[in-house]
Amino acid sequence: MNPEELDQIAQSVRQENAKYDHEVNVCTDLACKSQGADKVIEELLKAAEASGKKILIRRTGCMGPCSHGPLVRCDPDDALYGKVHACHAGEIVAHLGGEPVPEIKCDLHEHFDSQVRVVLENAGYIDPEKIDDYIARDGYKALLTVLTEMTPLGVVHRITESKLRGRGGGGYPTGLKWSTVAKAAGDVKYVVCNGDEGDPGAFMDRSVMEGDPHRVIEGMAIAGYAIGASKGFIYVRAEYPVAVSRLTTALREARRRGLLGNDICGTPFSFDIEIRLGAGAFVCGEETALIASIEGRRGTPKPRPPYPAVSGLWGKPTLINNVETYANIAPIVRNGGKWFANMGSERSKGTKVFALTGKIKNTGLVEVPMGIKLRQIIEGIGGGVPEGHTFKAVQTGGPSGGCIPAEMLDVGVSYDALLKMGSIMGSGGMIVMDDTSCMVNVARFFIEFCMTESCGKCIPCRSGTAQMYTLLTRISNGAGTMDDLDMLEELCATVKETSLCGLGQTAPNPVLSTLKYFRNEYLEHILHKHCPAGVCTMEGKPAEVEAEVTA
Amino acid sequence: MSAGVDVKTLEINGEEVSARSGQTILEVARENDIYIPTLCHLDGLSDVGACRLCLVEIAGSNKLAAACVTTVFEGMVVSTETERVRKHRRLILEMLFAERNHVCSVCVSNGHCELQTLAQEQGVTHVRLPYRNPQLAVDASHERFTADHNRCILCTRCVRACAEIEGAHVWDVMGRGIDSLVITDLHDNWGNSSCTRCGKCVQVCPTGALFDKSKIGSDHPKYPDFLPFLNMMREAQ
Repeated sequence: MNPEELDQIAQSVRQENAKYDHEVNVCTDLACKSQGADKVIEELLKAAEASGKKILIRRTGCMGPCSHGPLVRCDPDDALYGKVHACHAGEIVAHLGGEPVPEIKCDLHEHFDSQVRVVLENAGYIDPEKIDDYIARDGYKALLTVLTEMTPLGVVHRITESKLRGRGGGGYPTGLKWSTVAKAAGDVKYVVCNGDEGDPGAFMDRSVMEGDPHRVIEGMAIAGYAIGASKGFIYVRAEYPVAVSRLTTALREARRRGLLGNDICGTPFSFDIEIRLGAGAFVCGEETALIASIEGRRGTPKPRPPYPAVSGLWGKPTLINNVETYANIAPIVRNGGKWFANMGSERSKGTKVFALTGKIKNTGLVEVPMGIKLRQIIEGIGGGVPEGHTFKAVQTGGPSGGCIPAEMLDVGVSYDALLKMGSIMGSGGMIVMDDTSCMVNVARFFIEFCMTESCGKCIPCRSGTAQMYTLLTRISNGAGTMDDLDMLEELCATVKETSLCGLGQTAPNPVLSTLKYFRNEYLEHILHKHCPAGVCTMEGKPAEVEAEVTA
Repeated sequence: MSAGVDVKTLEINGEEVSARSGQTILEVARENDIYIPTLCHLDGLSDVGACRLCLVEIAGSNKLAAACVTTVFEGMVVSTETERVRKHRRLILEMLFAERNHVCSVCVSNGHCELQTLAQEQGVTHVRLPYRNPQLAVDASHERFTADHNRCILCTRCVRACAEIEGAHVWDVMGRGIDSLVITDLHDNWGNSSCTRCGKCVQVCPTGALFDKSKIGSDHPKYPDFLPFLNMMREAQ
């Protein structure tokens, strides 16, 4: 494979596509599939054949607005259909080239217009199981450019120049991480992709791995060249069977095309990737626990330093980045670091994919430039909370993040701004809550999650989260006292400051942020035995609470 | 001084001390008779940094560092007894007491328990957290020893002693979070496990979780000090 051959493949795919007059793209991501996308495709195929038109029907990855699924987009008409049923197939085919079918037409211009798609640029436009589709959209161009025209140092420099920060949540500068690993001593180094997305309500990484797996592979191969590694691992949770199967297919196809394996593109650079399955432990998203898990040991974190950049997988220098970080690499290499650094806010560059869920009209995946106001994401792109209800808070960053109240919606989204508000960027989950959500109950839910997902290695996280859960249960049952509230705050401080890894250090965030912005709700539960949102059932019998918790 | 040994000077609690590069804060502190409380650390075993009792403050850093796993650097300024760390230590000890069943008066290790000693030292006179009392099973299937999980604090000293010193790796941890449990083999009874009956795990156990069946109460001091000597003799061979 060389750049000319890559161009030829792209050309032939375009020629092949040009034979068709119409393209019908059907989203086959989990959400659409569960609502009958497969049946829609079946009927579309039949209808297409019967109509005699030249129609290409393509199965694509996630298009974004999942709540409107199953989604179908017809090109070149650019007609988007939502909530499509198999019975609509005939009409869709009949209306190709003309006015869209009125009853299932989806007008989501406001939803799409303020988005900027970098990571999701191919989402909804390619068949994730076909490498040629990816190549036709400039895929693997960046890898070949890097291999034939750039030095490893030059690649690191370009990433540094882009000011990309880690998309897994911490926001560590990616260029700095790459240059540290590149400089680390040793012949054997590893590239690891963290696809252990475990936050409740987050599915960005899953969609990228399912909808555009080659983008992740290309990013990892470029990283391998930049740091001098010849082996990569993708760590995916086993709960993502579709992602695993798409990645497996993608790896096989990339090897077949000579884009992975020995002497890629006729250069001395060799690189291959293996998939490792996680067994459903949230803590394995923490890098040292993830390394232990790949090595085949119990997934528990280790104290840092030494950082994985110096001593990681089997004691070798290891580069660990999130799925979305790798997905940003190819466009940065293609378009230059400055192009990327021009997007976003002052200290957070580029775009970020968020998974919008909860009490909001357009749930699904959105990609927005950093610095965009939360209000614009929720009210504009997300369409606001359903009628008859008022917005109360948005929870970002999953169990490690916090709840942001309505007063702060005009703050621009960036790593630093979210941190300042007591939340974190996290991997990009955004759960919108309205007046039917009780904030004490929300805090209790997230602490319960952290309690059950704590690995149990260090005492503050293991025992502290369990104690916080007991106290929050007491408060939400109306049996709490003001002393319990003091104790809760003391526990938050200790768990946050003394836990061994990020899971424990951030576990109190949902409690701390709700205490900061919604303290009244806690007081209402304690002093008046009343839940303002009407969610918690007040028993007021401390003895029963105790029994329930220990059971 | 031999070539290649790099000496660092640092300050612990206002006292200037010297250290070899690569030494941990805890090692240097102990050499200089500066006390730092520990529970999961034991001389002769690898360090895991799990109990968080040896947390100290380092000037210039907001984060607390575990003294057992943090190596020294030139000009480091360490404080081991600030109000901030003392407060955290006390609450961590309270969490331990409330986690399972630590009622000293009816424990075989009463008077020889590291957890008890630490609580006294750190001024933990009562526990403000609700006791969880999880009602765990007692494994008395072994002919010589008993494992009472209700007294276990999951320091994993037994796991490390068995794997690193005895080389048998009979002990390990199962489950996660608050439901973690040390187990023998694949959760078999201790008596039916591949245990070599060496008793090292019992000697290193800081509480009354692992104890010798033939001894009770004040009769049951433990002697984990043999580990560094054992390691030294092995290295000499």
